[in-house]
Amino acid sequence: MYSHSHHLDDRPILDVRNLNVRYTGYSALEEISFHLHAGERVAVVGPNGAGKSTLFKAVAGVLQPSSGEVTIYGSGPRGHICIAYIPQRSQVDWKFPVSVADVVMMGRIAKLGLLGWPKKSDWEHVHRALKTVNMDDLSKRQISQLSGGQQQRMFIARAIAQEAELMLMDEPLTGLDTPSQESLLDLLDTLREQHVTVMVATHDLEQAARHFDRIMLLNHRLIAFGEPTAVMRTEILLQAYGTRLRPVDGQAGMVTLDDSCCDEGEHDHVH
Amino acid sequence: MFIDWLLAPLQYEFMLRGMAAAILVGIVCAVVGTYVVLRGMAFFGDALAHTILPGIALGYIISGGARDTLFWWALGTAIVAALGIGVISKQAQVREDTAIGIIFAGTFALGIALISTVRSYAVDLSHFLFGDVLGVSSHSLWLIVIFGGIVLLTIAAFYKEFMTLSFDPILAITLRLPVGLLNNLLLTLIAVTVAVSLQTVGVALMVAMLVTPAATAYLLTHRLPVMMSLAAIFASLSGVIGLYLSYYLSIASGAAIVLTATLFFLLAFLWKRMKSV
Repeated sequence: MYSHSHHLDDRPILDVRNLNVRYTGYSALEEISFHLHAGERVAVVGPNGAGKSTLFKAVAGVLQPSSGEVTIYGSGPRGHICIAYIPQRSQVDWKFPVSVADVVMMGRIAKLGLLGWPKKSDWEHVHRALKTVNMDDLSKRQISQLSGGQQQRMFIARAIAQEAELMLMDEPLTGLDTPSQESLLDLLDTLREQHVTVMVATHDLEQAARHFDRIMLLNHRLIAFGEPTAVMRTEILLQAYGTRLRPVDGQAGMVTLDDSCCDEGEHDHVH
Repeated sequence: MFIDWLLAPLQYEFMLRGMAAAILVGIVCAVVGTYVVLRGMAFFGDALAHTILPGIALGYIISGGARDTLFWWALGTAIVAALGIGVISKQAQVREDTAIGIIFAGTFALGIALISTVRSYAVDLSHFLFGDVLGVSSHSLWLIVIFGGIVLLTIAAFYKEFMTLSFDPILAITLRLPVGLLNNLLLTLIAVTVAVSLQTVGVALMVAMLVTPAATAYLLTHRLPVMMSLAAIFASLSGVIGLYLSYYLSIASGAAIVLTATLFFLLAFLWKRMKSV
């Protein structure tokens, strides 16, 4: 029940080949292929409904692909406990009666095994993880009493306690104020030092370009995947966003993105 | 004076057994009910309680009206119904609550139809529907102790798994917990709880025991173990106070217990409202 696959270190941490995910009547993802090496940091951008969450869930082994293959260090994701999916904050029941430490401890339970109780070393993992995200003093707080940035950092602490090597963060920056976004981006740097591979779904093209090694542009298909300068070009962005993208001037990369038609009034700008 | 008032009902053995049953059932329902409330399964719990009626009716007809075997009929039907609803609600043809509604009303009607074939069925039917805690035999009390104990021990053993699964099912999957198995285990525990509670509150009022004390506790605490403990305390108190009300005011015992639990909820609700103003 808790047997976990070994990691073959010569293989990419994540290898996705010809991934297709179809729901009844429509294709969420078509023919996605890419791979990541350990320690990379990738921003996944694309319009709403582009399949970003679906991609993450297929990578985490939560969702069975219709066809194609996802491998983590050479074997299917369902044998691994080193993948953390960090949900969008809007998807979480914040009134659930648990404290910050309770939630972070949930990351340890696969290691505890069935019927196992947390040991001293597990609590040390939890407190170290909370220290990493600067929340050690909030461990006893009920989760509804956290700010948006703290909620997000708590989930990252949970992924750290899980000893995740691949973290999939679904819109972690959305709805945070600028200081909270900055502290989250700092935290991503800390994770890079610890050699954690991170994929971040985001709406903010400017942040994606500034803080990430590579950008994956997704709209059901993989439209582009590469360094920011190669991806952030008007003609490429137009393929993903279509008419919602309004070029500001002729220069490549100088565009305004109007993504508010199907979102709660979010505006993202690239300059 | 007050002591006499308290002790008077306890001279009857059926009252003592009734108190014991009400307290035990209250604790088991409250603890399981915590998950029913947190996972939004109130309608499922209500439906499940109703779907066991045809099973009880069948047992009632076959045994010729004997009460002691009814627990097993209730238990069997509840487990089959719980897992059956679990399977059917996963089909995409109709919405989950619609599917549950159809099964719930259909099986309930079947139960009433079966019981109505027996002459002078009205009294027994009302016991199934609204409970008969003062008629609990010592045999039934033992069954409540054993099966209620099994439910509580299982909840304790899988505490961290159930908590994680209820808070964040996707995390449970990425940690490779046996999610399908755990979900079915929880449905089975709710089913056993329904069977255990049958005689105390009856089919029609069962959902109150599952939901009301847990919801009262939910208003008062932010920690899961505290919520379970508070819910158990409210449920036990409701059982005891309800039985006194039933004794002194001559009202139906199941209804008195549920009304007391509802009063606790209203008080907690008002207290919370006043605190937040």
